[in-house]
Amino acid sequence: MGTAEEHPKANSWEPRIVAFFCNWCTYTAADLAGVSRLRHAPNARIIRVMCSGRVDPQFILDAFSKGADGVLIGGCHPGDCHYMEGNYKALRRVQLLKRMLKQMNIEEHRFRLEWISASEGERVRTVMNEMTEHVRKLGPLGLPKKFQEWDKEMEILERTVNGKEESVHA
Amino acid sequence: MKYLSYPGCSLRSTGRAYEESLVAVFQALEIQYEELKDWNCCGATSYVSIDEMDAFALAARNLALAELQSPESTVKLIAPCSACYLVLSKTERYLEDYPEVSTNVNAKLDKAGLHYNGRVEVRHPLDVLVNDYGLENIVKHVQYPLKGLKVACYYGCQVVRPFAKFDHSHYPVTMDKLVQALGAESVDWPLKTRCCGGSLTGTTQEAGLRLNRLLLKEAQKRGADILLTCCPLCQHNLECYQERINRIYKEEIDLPVAYFTQLLGVALGLPEKELGMQRLFKKLSLEHITHPKGEMANAW
Amino acid sequence: MHGNGLNGSIRIGFYVCHCGHNIASIVDVKAVADYVKTLPGVIISCEYKYMCSDPGQELIQKDIKEHSLTRIIVASCSPLLHEHTFRAAVEKGGLNPYFFQMVNIREDVSWVHSDRRAATEKAQDLARAAVQRVFHHKALETKHVKIHPDVLVVGGGIAGIHASLTLANAGKKVYLVERDPTIGGHMAMFDKTFPTLDCAACILTPKMSQVKNHPNITLWTYSEVSKVDGYVGNYKIEVKRKPRYINEELCVGCMDCIEKCVYKEGRTPDEFNKGLSKRKPIYIPFPQATPQIVLIDPESCIEFKSGRCKKTCVEACDRKAIDFQQKEEMKEIEVGTIILATGYHTFDAKRIPFYGYGKYPNVYTSLEVERLVNASGPTGGEMILRDGRHPKTVGIIHCVGSRDKNTNRWCSRTCCMYSLKLAHLLKEHTEAEVYNFYIDIRAAGKAYEEFYDKLLDENVHFIRGRVAEVSDWAVRPSEEGKLIIRAEDTMIGIVRRIPVDMVVLAVGMEPQADSQDVRRMFNISCSTEGFFLERHPKLAPVDTFTDGIFIAGACQGPKDIPDSVAQAGAAAAQALTLIDTGEIELEPNTAFVVQEECSGCRTCLTICPYNAISRDEVKQKAYINEALCKGCGTCVAACPSGSIKQNLFEDEMIFSEINGLLEHTPAVCCE
Repeated sequence: MGTAEEHPKANSWEPRIVAFFCNWCTYTAADLAGVSRLRHAPNARIIRVMCSGRVDPQFILDAFSKGADGVLIGGCHPGDCHYMEGNYKALRRVQLLKRMLKQMNIEEHRFRLEWISASEGERVRTVMNEMTEHVRKLGPLGLPKKFQEWDKEMEILERTVNGKEESVHA
Repeated sequence: MKYLSYPGCSLRSTGRAYEESLVAVFQALEIQYEELKDWNCCGATSYVSIDEMDAFALAARNLALAELQSPESTVKLIAPCSACYLVLSKTERYLEDYPEVSTNVNAKLDKAGLHYNGRVEVRHPLDVLVNDYGLENIVKHVQYPLKGLKVACYYGCQVVRPFAKFDHSHYPVTMDKLVQALGAESVDWPLKTRCCGGSLTGTTQEAGLRLNRLLLKEAQKRGADILLTCCPLCQHNLECYQERINRIYKEEIDLPVAYFTQLLGVALGLPEKELGMQRLFKKLSLEHITHPKGEMANAW
Repeated sequence: MHGNGLNGSIRIGFYVCHCGHNIASIVDVKAVADYVKTLPGVIISCEYKYMCSDPGQELIQKDIKEHSLTRIIVASCSPLLHEHTFRAAVEKGGLNPYFFQMVNIREDVSWVHSDRRAATEKAQDLARAAVQRVFHHKALETKHVKIHPDVLVVGGGIAGIHASLTLANAGKKVYLVERDPTIGGHMAMFDKTFPTLDCAACILTPKMSQVKNHPNITLWTYSEVSKVDGYVGNYKIEVKRKPRYINEELCVGCMDCIEKCVYKEGRTPDEFNKGLSKRKPIYIPFPQATPQIVLIDPESCIEFKSGRCKKTCVEACDRKAIDFQQKEEMKEIEVGTIILATGYHTFDAKRIPFYGYGKYPNVYTSLEVERLVNASGPTGGEMILRDGRHPKTVGIIHCVGSRDKNTNRWCSRTCCMYSLKLAHLLKEHTEAEVYNFYIDIRAAGKAYEEFYDKLLDENVHFIRGRVAEVSDWAVRPSEEGKLIIRAEDTMIGIVRRIPVDMVVLAVGMEPQADSQDVRRMFNISCSTEGFFLERHPKLAPVDTFTDGIFIAGACQGPKDIPDSVAQAGAAAAQALTLIDTGEIELEPNTAFVVQEECSGCRTCLTICPYNAISRDEVKQKAYINEALCKGCGTCVAACPSGSIKQNLFEDEMIFSEINGLLEHTPAVCCE
């Protein structure tokens, strides 16, 4: 909706979003948003790649597992990829990955693929703001913490199985 | 698909012929509709100039009632009178676009135990007939093609301004296309969306008469046999003051003015009384139209 | 020379730029520098007012030497702007330029966020990510690509003509491809040009003739580019030459064939005269068409439609130039650079129905009137209306289709001036009363405002108000038979009715109808309105984001002839820079296969749109041709065994960036 950028308070949770932007379209659009001073939410951190086709699904899973609450991929509109078809490959991977993420119980709005062309600075602002809001509503994903907890549970289980400790009723 | 119909005050008083002919046409074409229960006056152009929010609430009551009456996910509410059409459309639009209006109006509606959830789509019968029902389907039901009749289509301002939902705002063609499909000739004239003066004929009569004179004179000059309207106030203004205009402006205007639904009904072969034709001030002579059965000439 | 430091150890120099107030006013740069100093591997961490300036760059070079730095990070503006600058500075300091990483904290942070704390935290996150990334950077050699000296110019209007002549005069071989049967573009249609009222044909035809006769220019008219392959310096272009059914070598343009055609009069609307006259199936667009060769239109020629024509044209031609069997010809050429000068399209006035174009015969577009006032036009320069009358009053309506959110939002820049010009010409030809209806008068060029003053002295009436409608509705006898223009005269606050005999619509300039198809073919971008996108609106107006392709003239945006010519010269100069340097540096971000890890699964083979990947059947491994690889990285992401790597964008680098962004370390407090 293009509302004014959030002013986050210190010490309160803020959504952390990792964005993979393709050099030719989306990254350029983000620069254009900057040049045009289109203020938006500060929650996303951009990683620049040459093409959305470079984005390996492992990057996305890694981002979530390292603590990202949302992941955004920005590429050129279908038909306009600087490298012809890279964005189609990205689209294919995203479709499959979305299904996997669903099974892992990671909510749909945390992962988004957007087509943003080099002249769409406004769109960058809109998408950043919208996504931040969606993720904010969903709350923190908190995978690193969950991994720690699961690791602890595994440890306890292991010790129990190896009979080194009395069974502990969880 | 069932429509809900909102008659509005005019259609139950001076605009009776509009409702009569509309009902007759809908029945002949088997278009399903149901009258909105417990509808109230929409406030027309007057109320909104006094208090915008209250006016929205008054109109929104009808929209909320429509939602209750119909189970469809999008409730199509037909408002034949152009003023009702505009007021209800404006209310529908403002409630959707402006959260402040929606909150305010729904608070007022809550007091009556009502709430508007944004499911209503306000439609004009012209739009429903030509775009939903379709000209090809209408043509199938035509009994008496209106060959040789020259019709000036007058849209007035409220169906095209400020929202042009189903046609071009400066150069609408829906009624013209309907008229042509019925076999008549649609007169091309540049004044089809010019204001008729609305209620000025009642308040500042010289202003209202002046506007009507321009419309009637040009339509007649272009060879129109009949002027068609889609609004009861336009029809009243254009039809009822022709003698006065002639006296004041030394003109010779003599042009029948009817509702488009009435002419449509004639083409469909519906009896005169069902179309409210007897309520017209000016009789239309159709002897020069050729038609197979030769009965219609006498029916007028 | 490009070493990577003491025993390959990581010694990072981090520099955060104030960029004056641009960054420092929002991001606490000192806090960022202080924070980064605490990160592993960072030897130097400091801030400076303008990193891209000479002292800033020298600071980096000094530090590299003094502190034996092996990695440099600069947190400042966008890499799209200054990555190249800093890489060169690093190289000058004795370090491999690809040990450099840039962090964007201006366009992506200080210019778009207003909360100081959040912006600083973001800058720190991004800096930390870069610090972790550079650990994985490797020394790379810049790719050098040779530039083929020939140039392709697409579009033969004034911009294309000027660019071609400039390059040809510099000794380069130019292919000028134009899809109409003649060059000259829109300018050839004009009568006089503003503000000097030079005759357009008089200044254009000498240039057209120069193009035709220049030994370095290969002129292909009635031709279109159909395929573009390759990359900067090495483009392979396929040009489709449409059949004229005339042998170009033999025709001398005597036009006897046109005279002797079985059609006594033309029946087909003449495109060059905007439909105001008719032409025969065999025709020449206009007498000074270049090349001066006729052509046959198969849609209207009897011989093509029925096969049973007397073919009097063939008889008339003593050069035997007519060839009904001629086929379309495909030509293949190699060029190093391309200039697109494809021009514009006028706004279709029918999209504004209440101005009456197409409805009332005496409503014209400006381009039609250019042909009418032209001595070589359909009426020989006489102002005869479609109904045969001579106009005594004329209304010229500005901004038709422009400055309007219902049609096109932009100002088409030339219409005010050409409307003034037409007002002058119409007065000259007819002595009619002329009314110009305008919103603003945009007369911003050299001698333009003075031209406007002259018009005021000539008694042209100016009414400031956007025209509401043009109709034939007359309210009094004096208005009968005329077109009534209704507009509010905002200077006096009255709605006026001006009855005129003729209405001229100053239609705006739009991108060509097929501009999207063209730009896809050449792999460049368009801006939101549809004009070709320049690399930077102020500093690089003729470059595109695709190396080796330049744009000039109205295809980049509405502009007049002087500006088109200026841009054409600029584009030619940019092309010359590439050609005369002989080679261009490309970022070495290509992909390569680590053969030991490749399993030969073939997944990557079909992924590459440039066919850069092939399979060595003997070794049963994939192999990437570095010359063809453009560095998109799609194959890298697709490889199941991870054996394809992309220089500058290796998996480890990206994973470390992700890690760096999300690592939770307490940020240093800022003010």
